[in-house]
Amino acid sequence: MVTTPRWHVISVLLIALWGLAYATPNVLPALRGLPGPLPHKTVNLGLDLRGGAYLLYEVDIDALVAERAQMAATDVQKALREAGLSGASAKATPGGVEVDAGKAGRGGAVTRAVRGLGLGLEWASETKGSEKIFYRFSKSAVTEMTDTAMARSIEIVRRRVDEVGTTEPSIQRQGERRILLQVPGTSADDLKRVVGQTAKLGFHLVEDGGSVRALRLPMADDPEMTIPVARRAMVTGDMLVGARGVVDPQTQEPVVSFRLNGSGAKRFCQVTRANVGTPFAIVLDGTVVSAPVIRSAICAGSGQIEGGFTLQEAADLALLLRAGALPAPMQVVEERSVGPSLGADSVRAGAVAGALGLALVLFFMAVVYGAFGLMACAALLVNIALIFAILSALQATLTLPGIAGIVLTIGMAVDANVLVFERIREERRAGRSWLSAVDEGYRQSVSTITDANLTTLLAAIILFSFGTGPIKGFAVTLGIGIVTSVFTALGATRLMVVAWARARRGEPKKGGHRRPQNPLPGP
Amino acid sequence: MYALTLIPAGTKIDFIGQRWVTYLVSGVITVASLALLFINGLAFGVDFTGGTVVELRFAQAPDLPALRAALPAGAQVQAFGGPEDLLIRLPAGQGVEALRAVVDGASPGAEWRRTEVVGPQVGGELIRKGAYAVVFTLLGILAYIWVRFEWQFGLATLAATAHDVVAMLGLFALTGWEFSLASVAAILLVAGYSVNDTVVVFDRIREEMRRYRKMPLPELSNIAVNQTLSRTIMTSLTTILALAALWAFGGPVIAGFVNALLFGVAVGTYSSVFVAAPVLLLLLPARAQEQ
Repeated sequence: MVTTPRWHVISVLLIALWGLAYATPNVLPALRGLPGPLPHKTVNLGLDLRGGAYLLYEVDIDALVAERAQMAATDVQKALREAGLSGASAKATPGGVEVDAGKAGRGGAVTRAVRGLGLGLEWASETKGSEKIFYRFSKSAVTEMTDTAMARSIEIVRRRVDEVGTTEPSIQRQGERRILLQVPGTSADDLKRVVGQTAKLGFHLVEDGGSVRALRLPMADDPEMTIPVARRAMVTGDMLVGARGVVDPQTQEPVVSFRLNGSGAKRFCQVTRANVGTPFAIVLDGTVVSAPVIRSAICAGSGQIEGGFTLQEAADLALLLRAGALPAPMQVVEERSVGPSLGADSVRAGAVAGALGLALVLFFMAVVYGAFGLMACAALLVNIALIFAILSALQATLTLPGIAGIVLTIGMAVDANVLVFERIREERRAGRSWLSAVDEGYRQSVSTITDANLTTLLAAIILFSFGTGPIKGFAVTLGIGIVTSVFTALGATRLMVVAWARARRGEPKKGGHRRPQNPLPGP
Repeated sequence: MYALTLIPAGTKIDFIGQRWVTYLVSGVITVASLALLFINGLAFGVDFTGGTVVELRFAQAPDLPALRAALPAGAQVQAFGGPEDLLIRLPAGQGVEALRAVVDGASPGAEWRRTEVVGPQVGGELIRKGAYAVVFTLLGILAYIWVRFEWQFGLATLAATAHDVVAMLGLFALTGWEFSLASVAAILLVAGYSVNDTVVVFDRIREEMRRYRKMPLPELSNIAVNQTLSRTIMTSLTTILALAALWAFGGPVIAGFVNALLFGVAVGTYSSVFVAAPVLLLLLPARAQEQ
């Protein structure tokens, strides 16, 4: 005999009510101001629905390691000299340092000197007689460099994006070397202008054209032309404490005006005083923006960068300098952006398709299963409310494929009900009373429903772990939809069907005298 | 109580007796799909090959020949929705910047509705991830059914599901539809749906095996398939109805996804009736016929 425990009834009703209540802020904007635990959250629309940019950057860790190797080579050179290993020299390789020991048999002493630096360099290989010894950064050293650089990059990207003034940017590390940036309401182009640039600034003295130690760097406005500059910058971007894009009152040209911190100002003052009359190069990311001549010592701790900028370029560069340089260059490896109008079109299309799909399924269920069908329809409405309530509560992102997932769930959600109803129909044909047929119908169907839905849930979970962006959104709604469908079929519909069958307890079993009120089409 | 009966009670379609026909049909579908895959290959979208896709809306219908001529080599122009809407694809390595100048020159004020740029390296990773996803799903399903039923049921489910996956790949190869991440999602979903359908039939076979311990398996399977037939058809119909709404009103962005799902649900329904049970019969040991 069917018994429905009271706690069962109460919990099903509570969950259904929760779903209905917490889904309403999505259709009633008035509720969105409600505080605390009251229903006020709405579904988080994905970038494909609200418009926005999705940028996946890859940080060039190899370049960073090469740069560290360059610095390490200088330190190793110094350490070798201090250890009294005259004639030994060090130079950088892409992943470490190569030492020319000068004389054979010094391998041990060289390695001791390199180890003593604590730079994370480890012995990799050497030539016969240890004349040339190769060191490379250890795995843990590279990992540490990577982690530090990634954390710093994310920090810098966040500062830059915040400076642009966009709302709710999402910036995450993805995998080992990637940063995923998702910003609603902007175009990818606007973001790329301020995010991707390394913005490494340096003021270098210009060297004599014949100097071998000089670095030849291209001019920004004419890459064919190169300028020999000193390897070491006298002032670097991290000494800047402020930068603004302004129009120079004298020349009427947009420039970036900047202020230096104490040590930067002091250094700039010393170097300019010693080099009056010679030009210095303002180098940004390996190109020379401009190379003005030092007319007099600059000791005020401020200055300006001219470079034939537009006002926008000057403002962007100032922003980059304020936010700081990225520790390593980054490249866009994936970019997706959706304009606001397409997003709005997609929301509209999804809503229309969803409403129509729902109407068709409701109609069809009611036609095929009559009163039971209407119960399933009520449960389906609860089901959809639950999906939206859960999406809102989890603040999960709803994407266009996610809407497709919901529409599809509408179609598939009735499956559990269909299974049970068909089973009840069979049991009635076998001559059971309504109550016993209902009882048997649910009893026989539970394991089938569980098996069938767990396998689909498995597909949803795998999709979630492998998918990206919009596809993840599809997996989320599909997964939530499966769980709520099973709940509504085995919880909500069941309560209604059992109550209905109980009300007919007094009716004679089928096969007794047939009454017109019993509309079952006989076999 | 029930207003309409889709499949009359006591329907006895001899699915199992016809199984040689369906072996042939399913075999042809599978072989043809594999051949198409081999000959045509899949038209991998920008997600997998890397490259650029841009959806543009012009103020008025653009001068296509002029636009085509101005675009860099390798660019493809495709109508997308209305006459003002165009989809332009660029091969990997060409950025949006090249396109911007051309489009602004041809029709200033064009609206950039959607831009997707995928680097070739990311594309390769996405192919690998997609393939893993499909394989893991199939293996997971096999394992689950194996645990819940017997290994024969697991293998037969796998066969039916693999049949659907191959048929869908064949459809993509045949039609030349773009194969994107969304297509992988569609395939996984159909795999889930098809298993769902198959499990219902197998559950009934198992139940009837316990009830009728002596009945020959072909006859028993036939009863089970017929008993679950109205449910199979009903669920397919409601799912297809919902998909039809998406197909008609969901917009061009997900049209490809929905097309694949519609086909997949149809194939998944077919395979649970015509592939799963017959393969199970091949695998299960015949029952000893006692008098």
